[in-house]
This record gives sequence, structure tokens and C-alpha cells, in this order.
Amino acid sequence: MNTEHKISNDEMFLSRSQTPFDSTIGKRGVRNGVKTNSGIRYTMFNIRNSGGTAALFLFPALAMLAVFFFLPVVASFVLSFTDFDIYSLGNIHFARFVGFENYVKLFDDPLFWKALGNTFYFVVVGGPLSLIVSLLAALAINSRLVRFKGFFRLVYFAPVVTTLVAVSVVWRFIYHPRFGMLNYALSIFGISPIDWLGNPHWAMPAVILLAVWKNFGYNMIIFIAGLQNIPDYLYEAARIDGASPFAQFKKITLPMLAPTTLFVGIITMIGYFQLFAEPYVMTQGGPLDSTLSIVLLMYQQGFRWWNMGYSAAIAFVLFAIIFLATVVQYAVQRKHSDQ
Amino acid sequence: MRLTLKILLYAVLIIVAIATVTPMLWMISASCMPSGQASNYPPQFFPTSFTFDHYTQLFSRLNVLKYFFNSLLLSVSVTLLSLVVNSMAGYAFAKYRFRGRDKLFGFLITSMVVPAQVTMLPLFLMLNKMGLVNTYWGVIIPGMAGIFGIFMIRQYALSIPDSLLEAARIDGAGDFRIYWSLVIPLCKPILVTLAIFTFMGTWNDFLWPLIVMTDDSMYTLPVALANLMGEHAQDTELMMAGSVITILPVMIVFAAMQKYYIRGIMMGSVKG
Repeated sequence: MNTEHKISNDEMFLSRSQTPFDSTIGKRGVRNGVKTNSGIRYTMFNIRNSGGTAALFLFPALAMLAVFFFLPVVASFVLSFTDFDIYSLGNIHFARFVGFENYVKLFDDPLFWKALGNTFYFVVVGGPLSLIVSLLAALAINSRLVRFKGFFRLVYFAPVVTTLVAVSVVWRFIYHPRFGMLNYALSIFGISPIDWLGNPHWAMPAVILLAVWKNFGYNMIIFIAGLQNIPDYLYEAARIDGASPFAQFKKITLPMLAPTTLFVGIITMIGYFQLFAEPYVMTQGGPLDSTLSIVLLMYQQGFRWWNMGYSAAIAFVLFAIIFLATVVQYAVQRKHSDQ
Repeated sequence: MRLTLKILLYAVLIIVAIATVTPMLWMISASCMPSGQASNYPPQFFPTSFTFDHYTQLFSRLNVLKYFFNSLLLSVSVTLLSLVVNSMAGYAFAKYRFRGRDKLFGFLITSMVVPAQVTMLPLFLMLNKMGLVNTYWGVIIPGMAGIFGIFMIRQYALSIPDSLLEAARIDGAGDFRIYWSLVIPLCKPILVTLAIFTFMGTWNDFLWPLIVMTDDSMYTLPVALANLMGEHAQDTELMMAGSVITILPVMIVFAAMQKYYIRGIMMGSVKG
């Protein structure tokens, strides 16, 4: 990630011994960077400007991040240990510290477990499904046999840039049990109408289908980039050795794609844990709370009922889960690639 | 064998392409249908007669022009301001050497795992205290500095040769002059990419505007659309027209700037 090298002690010494004036003399090698005995190239520009100006350039961004990102993260943590509610909104002195009460309450709340289960359902089924579709689409488009690559890529990518709320509205009508396109398409194959958003068993699959439709183009682009980075000679060597296309895929494509898959897997998972707009627009979390997600529960508790302490606890549980899942996925993938 | 494979491949690609575009084409088509035509069995794909009634209704009766304006104003403001703020920081991280730089940068990168939802409750309380809830600033301010933007610009600025910056300094350019007249033009490709990302991200954003815009007249298009869904759920054609208005601007930006957008995704993935 960091393409620059750390400078060692003697190089630091060297840099300090040079006054700014030196660089204006135009000595050969000074202007264009000095080659030191350790072979690391560093330059005057970096060295001469320390502290002051850099701070000036950094200040706006860091100050904004500190006040509107890091402070709220800490405040949210504190908030989760209070009983901050609608009365505290008017006067903050009504809020009291209640220790772990919110978390205890949360783990006793069947609605929380329901939301947690639904969110995991969405992540565990929807995430891999979306990855598989992305990879297959990337493989197909990247295939030697296919022309019009740009066209297919553009078409598959189009849903990614659409507004989630708007496509959720559209898909609500596509899922309509009587007049919807989807049931009509299924009826051609003799499948009887499904009440997609009205049946607790089908609502989450419906949400997943929409999410996969909307997102697979994004990961596909990344997979295509990953595929194009695999050197051709690997495949040529495999062909000469008589490896079947499937063997080539398993022994070359998949291992070479591992870093891409890890990246795509992590960003997809993080995004999917934050499921909100689809159920908000299509089902309001229903039917029978079958599409209630963690973020939707957090929103309802925090901004509809103003149980902000409780809501902050939900937000932190979400954070903890995302963090743990990221670490686990990273570790698992690392272990695999070491083998 | 090869031919069969080819035919199979094209068949799958075309079927998926149809499945991908059908919802959007149907949305456009249904938005021009006379009221009630979308609620027919079997579903009809083409309007029996073209009408723009739903669009005129949205603009004349349902205040959509105002929502459109809100969305546009917020997206443009956040994009411009965040480009300035993030490019300054990204440039400093790439080209200045100061104590703790790499640690600070590493800390920022690590904190990208914190989901935005965690900040929303205190942020709302803070902005409420500052009197910024239900104002444009309520959306603009939290969107101004972004770690992802800083990261992208830093990665790009690393590739600017130091000799170039040094030459400018020798010619007597001050730090700010170098940033503004040299670094910014050199970083143009990444700035364009980030501008598209930010514009679309802000335009499409839902949860935060839903929270912070409490008054109907301040809604952005997605928030207004979700709200409209509550009252006009039966009015399919009207809702489709609303969806078209919401999606169209980002689609146009994407179509015009496709190259930059796709390259940005690849950059974020390869270097991340």
C-alpha cells in the first residue's frame, strides 16, 4: 500500500544537514533526488517541508473528520451506556448512565435476534450469491469467444449506478403478486404466482434477488480487472501440459484471483450488513418482521421512537459484527493462500 | 464443441442482459402509460397510448422540482467542497514528510471499517444542537471530509515526480501555489473520478438525508420518493415516473463519464 520507503537514521541525518538553500544550487542529483548508500531514493521536496505547511493542508480534512466522524463514534459508544430518550432530547440532564442495561435488554429482545438473524440470512446467502454471479459474468465477458465485451459490461453495470430507493420502488411492482412481471415470467414455466413481498418465507429471497441484480455489476468489474492481470503464459503452459479448462480454472484462475476475491468479499459483506433501503421501501421490515434488518431496527429505535441509548447499542453491535467478520474473513483467506 | 460453447455463452450473456435491463425499461415504459394500465394481467410492456401526465403531475402538484433542486444542490456542494478538502489532505499525505505521517494515515485507513451508521445518532444530536438539522448544511458538513477520498488522492499524488514540484519551488512558487496550479491539474483524472463517485453517492444516499431532513420541503429525491410510496403505492405509473426522475440524472452522469467511473473502481480495488 505504501509505495514510499521509510528513511533510515543516517539518511535522516543527511537530510537535516542540508539546508533549504542547498537544493536551489542545482547540484546534479540533488534536485532529482539523492541516491544513498542503501539505495533508497528520496527527494528534497519531501524533506524540506515538515510540520507547518503540511499541517495547514491537513487541517480542514482532519478537523472535519475529528468533529463529525471520530467524535461521534466515541459519543455513540458513550451514548450506548445511557438511557437517552425523547425527554433527554429536550434536556440532556434527563439522560443517566445505566451501565450495560441497553446491551442486556438488547440480548433479551426477540426483535433484535430476529433482525440479527435476518441480516445474517441476507449476508450469508446474498453475499456469496452476488459474488458467484459477478465471477461468472466476469468469466463470460472475459472469454476469448465473446465479442461486444464493452456492451455487455455496460449493460450489466447499469443497475449499480441507479438509485437504490428508486429501484426498490420499481421492484416492488415487479414483485406484485397479481400484476408483477416476475410472476408473469414464472407462469410461462408453469410456476404458480408467489406473493413475494407478502409471504414471510419469500420476502427475504426477494430482497436478496434485488440486491444481487443491483450489485453484481460492481464486483464483476473488479473481477474482470483481476482476470486480466493473470498472465497468459500460465494458461499456455497448462494447455501444453494438457490441463482441462476446468483444471485450469481451478489451478490457475481461482488461486490467482484470491486477493481480488478477498477484497470483493470484504467490501460486499460490509455493504450487505448495512441492509436498509430495500426493506424500508419494499416491506417496512415485514411481513412478520421477516425482512427487519439491524440498521432498520436501529433507525426505528433511534429516530422513530427516539430510544437513542438503545439504538446506539444496536449500532455498536453491528460495528462489532462487521469488524469481527472482516478479521475472520481476512484470516481464513490468508490461511488458504498460504497453503 | 467450440461452436456449441460459443452459442451457450452468448445465450447466457443475452438472457442475463435482458434480465438486467428489463426492470429499467419497464420503469420507463410504465411511467408513460395511462393510469391503471400497469395493473393489468397479463402485464403489458408497452403503453397503449403515450402520456406525460404523471410527469406533469409530479412537477405541478407534488413539488418534485423542489426535491430535484435539493438533490442537485446537495450533490454539487458536497462534491466540490469534498474535492478541495480531500485533495489538500491527500496531497499532504503523499508529498510532505512529517512526524507520525504513516501512523496517522494507517489509522485513517483502519477506521474505514467503522460503519457510518455508528456515527449517525450523536451526529444528529450535535447538528440539532448547532441548529443544522433540517438545513442543507446538515447533509453537506458530514459529507465534506472522507477517508476514501483522501486515500484515492494520496495514491494518485504519490506518482507525481518530486522533481516537478521541486522545480516549481525553485521557480519561486509557494506551497499553496504549487498545490493549486500544479498538483490539482496533475491530479485531474483522479479528481474527476472522485467527483463522479461523490456526486452519485450523495445523490443516491438515503439514510442520512432521511434522518436529518425533517421537513417535507427539504427532502432529497430518494427521500421524497420513499415518502411518496407511502401515499401513492397504488399509483404505479406515477411512482415509475418518480423513479425515472430520480434515476435519470445519475444515469446521464454515468453515461457521460463511464470511463472515469470504471477506472476508479479498479483503482480502489487494485491498490486497496
